[in-house]
Amino acid sequence: MRFRLASSPHQHIRRDTGQVMRLVILAMVPGILMQTWFFGWGTIIQIVLAVITAIVTEAVILELRKRDFERALKDYSAVLAAMLLAVSIPPFAPWWVIVIGTFFAIGVVKQLYGGLGFNVFNPAMAAYVMLLVSFPVQMTQWLPPVNLAQYSHDFMDALYAIFTDFSVEGFSLAQLQTGIDGVTMATGLDTVKTAMAQGLTYSETIELPIFDSVIFGLSVASSWISLGYLLGGLYLLKQKVINWHIPVSMITGLFICSLIMSLVDNDLYPSSLFHLFNGSIIIGAFFIATDPVSASTTNKGRIIFGAAIGVWVYIIREWGGYPDAVAFAVLIMNMAVPLIDYYTRPRTYGHTSNKRVPEDKAKS
Amino acid sequence: MQNSFEDIMEKLDNHELWDFPGGVFPAERKTLSNQTPIGKLAIPARLYVTVKQHIGVEGQIIVDVGQKVLKGQALTKSMNPFAVPIHAPTSGEIAAIHKHVSAHPSGFPELTIEISSDQEDRWTKLFPQIDYQNQPTMQVLTAICDAGISGMGGAGFPTHIKSSPKKDIDFLIINGIECEPYITSDDRLMREHAWQIRQGIDILCHLLKPKHVLIGIEHNKPEAIEALQVACRENTNYRVCIIPTKYPAGGEKQLIQVLTNREVPAQGLPVDVGVIMHNVGTCFAIADAIFSGKPLIERVVTVTGEAVENPGNMWALIGTPVSDLLAHCNYKQTGQNRPNIIMGGPMMGFSVTSDLVPVVKTTNCILAPTDNEIAGNNEQPCIRCSACADVCPASLLPQQLFWHSKAKELDKAQDYNLFDCIECGACAYVCPSEIPLVHYYRIAKSEIRVEQEDKQKSDKARERFEKREARLIAEQQARDEKHRLAAQARKQAMASNGNTAKDKIAAALARAKAKKQNASIVNEKPIDPTEVTLADKSVQEVKTDESNTSTKAASSNQRVQAAITRAKAKKAAAEVTITQTELKNKINTGQIIENKREIKHQGNDVKFASKQASEVKMKDQADVNHSLHTADVSPQPQKQVITDSKQLKITTAVAKAKAKHEAQKIANSQDVPNPVPAAKVNSPQTNISVEPAKTQEQQIDMKKRRIAAAVAKAKAKKSAQIEATSKKDKPS
Repeated sequence: MRFRLASSPHQHIRRDTGQVMRLVILAMVPGILMQTWFFGWGTIIQIVLAVITAIVTEAVILELRKRDFERALKDYSAVLAAMLLAVSIPPFAPWWVIVIGTFFAIGVVKQLYGGLGFNVFNPAMAAYVMLLVSFPVQMTQWLPPVNLAQYSHDFMDALYAIFTDFSVEGFSLAQLQTGIDGVTMATGLDTVKTAMAQGLTYSETIELPIFDSVIFGLSVASSWISLGYLLGGLYLLKQKVINWHIPVSMITGLFICSLIMSLVDNDLYPSSLFHLFNGSIIIGAFFIATDPVSASTTNKGRIIFGAAIGVWVYIIREWGGYPDAVAFAVLIMNMAVPLIDYYTRPRTYGHTSNKRVPEDKAKS
Repeated sequence: MQNSFEDIMEKLDNHELWDFPGGVFPAERKTLSNQTPIGKLAIPARLYVTVKQHIGVEGQIIVDVGQKVLKGQALTKSMNPFAVPIHAPTSGEIAAIHKHVSAHPSGFPELTIEISSDQEDRWTKLFPQIDYQNQPTMQVLTAICDAGISGMGGAGFPTHIKSSPKKDIDFLIINGIECEPYITSDDRLMREHAWQIRQGIDILCHLLKPKHVLIGIEHNKPEAIEALQVACRENTNYRVCIIPTKYPAGGEKQLIQVLTNREVPAQGLPVDVGVIMHNVGTCFAIADAIFSGKPLIERVVTVTGEAVENPGNMWALIGTPVSDLLAHCNYKQTGQNRPNIIMGGPMMGFSVTSDLVPVVKTTNCILAPTDNEIAGNNEQPCIRCSACADVCPASLLPQQLFWHSKAKELDKAQDYNLFDCIECGACAYVCPSEIPLVHYYRIAKSEIRVEQEDKQKSDKARERFEKREARLIAEQQARDEKHRLAAQARKQAMASNGNTAKDKIAAALARAKAKKQNASIVNEKPIDPTEVTLADKSVQEVKTDESNTSTKAASSNQRVQAAITRAKAKKAAAEVTITQTELKNKINTGQIIENKREIKHQGNDVKFASKQASEVKMKDQADVNHSLHTADVSPQPQKQVITDSKQLKITTAVAKAKAKHEAQKIANSQDVPNPVPAAKVNSPQTNISVEPAKTQEQQIDMKKRRIAAAVAKAKAKKSAQIEATSKKDKPS
């Protein structure tokens, strides 16, 4: 009688990697809905394109690596990376932008580095940065929120715009981007940056229609989207899919930096609330920086990691060339993760400190 | 700085406890088996009692195959504080003492005593010690050791050692936690035998004299809590503490942390923080041993899992094969793809390799799960989520340990405190990539242990080698020194005149005579062992000496002989003594052999020698030599030299006598001494010069001497031959 032999433990919690990833995808839904509500169908189409590219890329590369790609695809990690990239780019970016981006994310940043669990950089953010640097025009053609757009568009319009650069009726992208007042719209952060570069103070800038005057300084679309993602993030925290250390420390980092600077000079520096609810800080805190593979692994390390990202985001936003900086900040801190891990070991039970002193250890 | 006794007591009085980091909450599944009282099993036909069931060394077996034993009779004896004896679980006959599959993950066969029961269950005579409080502590401890009690919670540490610490004990903690899912043996034991457990605690208190006793029971066992609270009601020093249910709260270090917030130092013991912990089952067994005199021969085992139709707890005799327990509880393999029996719980138990694996003193559960109760075998790459680090009760970084263990970077794994892992399995339990983390750690730990053992062995071997080298060099130096001194003495003797010539001649003659006498009486003289060994030693010395320098000895002998001849040519009688001196130095050892060897004698040697002697008498010396040489079989060079040296001595003695005679003649007749001819002796290597002129009587004398010498030589050779063959395997 040949017995089944296995090593202890013989029981296992009922949640594997695939389930974890699927929970994260589920948590993104409120935010995606908000984006679609405010900016049209573009986001959904981008997501579909990205997911298809990601699956195909991963399958092909795993096949080349002679790995079991069916099992690997079941863990949904490629799908998640694709979705994160797709929601970060302008909704009407041409189809080849997302395809190139996703291919880069999965093929180069993830698989070339060794596959799941071995990549140093966050795939979605590395691909976003690559696209931003390579195709600056397409990557900055943001749409106005639907209530402020001059020309409305529907699903077919979006499809056409993405694939052909023109809507069904023939409007060009530039026209679609025009707001009610005839000016090409940009994101809230972008607006503030250009306006202040032109000499307006912060208080004057937020008078612009893009910003909702009810909630002081918050652009309507961005704040609702951020709230959507915040909801998803809190759900993930409750489900214990992510640890609180990174989101809390990242948001706190940014908050404190902006608070200090805005107290110093109210007119030159936007307020903390502005920073928190504009741009992709919320999605970055809960979904992007918490990517387990590229983040720090110890809890103390995570606090440092998150806080540093927050600080970098503020620095690049205020004094850097780009309006939004979450991607850059995350990539910079990805590079520092091994160093952070090395210095933030917890103290093991029974030892007096976490200094690594090798002793004679052969005690069972 | 550990917290003080008073602080802990204060917190306990407020019903507050501490917590340990991490931990998981698996489904408890205790109701499968804790609803029914502890049952009893029929006596199995065969019992396999493993000799070593504890941490320590094996006891000495004191029974034989075929012996009839009674229930509770000791099968091994403790010859070492770390040896715990085993006892016959029932009456019967010892069927075999051999290697049988062991209760260990490897399933390696270990020494086991197999008993075939006679189903009569007759007890041996028992010696209770009800009056233990007035006995000396040592006696009580010996009784506990002789009852074969070792820790029954899982580790199996000898109880008598843990009950006699050298330091002051603040807390005696009784572990009734039983945190693993499925297991309920301690639960039922506490419910049904709380009084006896209490008695065991009393004995431990008497031995350890702790300041306070804490009895830890998990929150999910309300009936057991009540039972022990009632049992300990009278004694205010015993406190039942209710611990929140979390795995692994029952681990020794974790429970100490929960109750007292003290941490056992790494590679230390709980006694270092003033705590001793015993399992409730061990307390029960101690009470049995002291109050009834019963040795540890049975324990409560939970048989559970969905593949078992009637799960429950039962009293199982130590040595019961798992198959008997499963048959009693109706095990059905239907839900299992392949038979899967786990000894222990689902978190720390191991799969058994055969159903003949016996119950040992640390077996608390036999788990037969269906395939959907059990995890699959589906390892994925690690996603660095550090869910494992979040649940580790020892605050380790399982992820780093995993990366380094998998990459075989064993020193880095040790840097991350690999040996502090208690192998509880919480990390592998939560891993989303289903990585068998504990398995990797076990492999890494055993690899490190093997490496260290190898290193120790090679260190010892190197030390031995170096010592041997030094010894050989020293010996060589001593030998060289001896030769140098000998050469010096020789030179001195050559330079000086032979004042003591006459003495030396007389001594040589006496020796020759003595030899002749010894050769004849060697039959009757009994063998003196000391002299025998001396002979052995000297033979060995000679052999080592001469096996190393045999050829050198032969050639140096030749040179010496030439010198002697020359010296003789120069002077007449006086120089014979010089020759003798030289020879004596050279063949010193040979002489010892000769003297001693003649004393050492074997029965058949006599026959052989006498046979040879009779042959010899008929032949000339040349023939004698020839036959002796042909009779030579083994170590040729030594024999040759020995033979030669003996011959040399004989011939020199003869020559001496002749020379003296000649000298006298010369003195009388003023004749010029004849030029020294070549050696008369027919040995091809000797070159002794002997006066050719002999009288008739001298010739007869010589012949007699020669015969006697030949006889002695033959005997010596035979004994040397025996020496050589017996000493062939001895290192030189």
